[in-house]
Amino acid sequence: MRTLIYFSIGILFGITMFKSEAASWFRIYEMFQFDAFHMYGIIGSALFCGAIITFLLKKQKATSLLDGAAIVIADKEKGWKRYLYGGLLFGFGWAISGACPGPMFTILGAGFLPILVVIAAATLGTFCYGAVKKYLPH
Amino acid sequence: MFDFLLQPWPWYFSGPMIALVMFLLLWTGKSFGMSSNLRTFCAALGAGKRVSFFAFDWKTQRWNLMVALGAVVGGFIAANYLSVSTAVAISENTVAQLQQLGIQDAGQAYMPQALFDSNAISNPKALLLLTLGGFFVGFGARYAGGCTSGHAISGLSNFQLPSLIAVVGFFIGGLFVNHFLLPFLL
Repeated sequence: MRTLIYFSIGILFGITMFKSEAASWFRIYEMFQFDAFHMYGIIGSALFCGAIITFLLKKQKATSLLDGAAIVIADKEKGWKRYLYGGLLFGFGWAISGACPGPMFTILGAGFLPILVVIAAATLGTFCYGAVKKYLPH
Repeated sequence: MFDFLLQPWPWYFSGPMIALVMFLLLWTGKSFGMSSNLRTFCAALGAGKRVSFFAFDWKTQRWNLMVALGAVVGGFIAANYLSVSTAVAISENTVAQLQQLGIQDAGQAYMPQALFDSNAISNPKALLLLTLGGFFVGFGARYAGGCTSGHAISGLSNFQLPSLIAVVGFFIGGLFVNHFLLPFLL
């Protein structure tokens, strides 16, 4: 049952990523050129709604639909180095591949098979981070 | 209504739909963060034996793998059954610029053939770009502790300063590569 719920949420997410064109390499390129409002509108309106949702869930002390446990929206760890350095590296990859980790899966389903190279390389990148984590400033 | 769904979705519909996905995940006791799946892949492939960062029971993350699998199926459904045309109508400026860089299908396709056509990976340059791009996305997302979903949507919605720093990083990095490196790389 739970499997089916998360699978369904994923389908909704995948359809949204494709139809919003946020999964399109072209839209990401255009966003970094500041040539259209589209991507900024998507992120901005998602944030506007997301902030209201997050505020209400916290204020109402909402509980989980599935097991009644309290919904915890954790704060991120303090600091700035890992966020800035990691963010920069992510940005490099985002501009080249045009794909973030969510849309990657959508692109695969849409039939653009070379995205498998991106997914494999991203998994390798994740592994390499884990391997050198202790040497990096956080 | 159905006609509306078959067209490319406008930003003011897409954004709230993304927020809805985040809400559904929070409401079912989880959180919205797609790059965590890449860490789960590593754990499931046995990386925990060599690197402690991956030494966790990946099966506890099965729910997120299901979200990712759903995203694949959602992409298939959207591309094959929910689209009249999949051409992305990017701005004329961008089209002109990309054509100068040799991307001829700008404005007429969903993805550039030069990188995402099935034959693209037999081209060493395309293979290198896909590999480099993916590697940085994976490394950077984990270093920053999240990607667009975890930081730009979930974190900023919760007014987290670390997420703002990460998103500023995403954009500085992306702008740099887009403006100064892609003209040479493409």
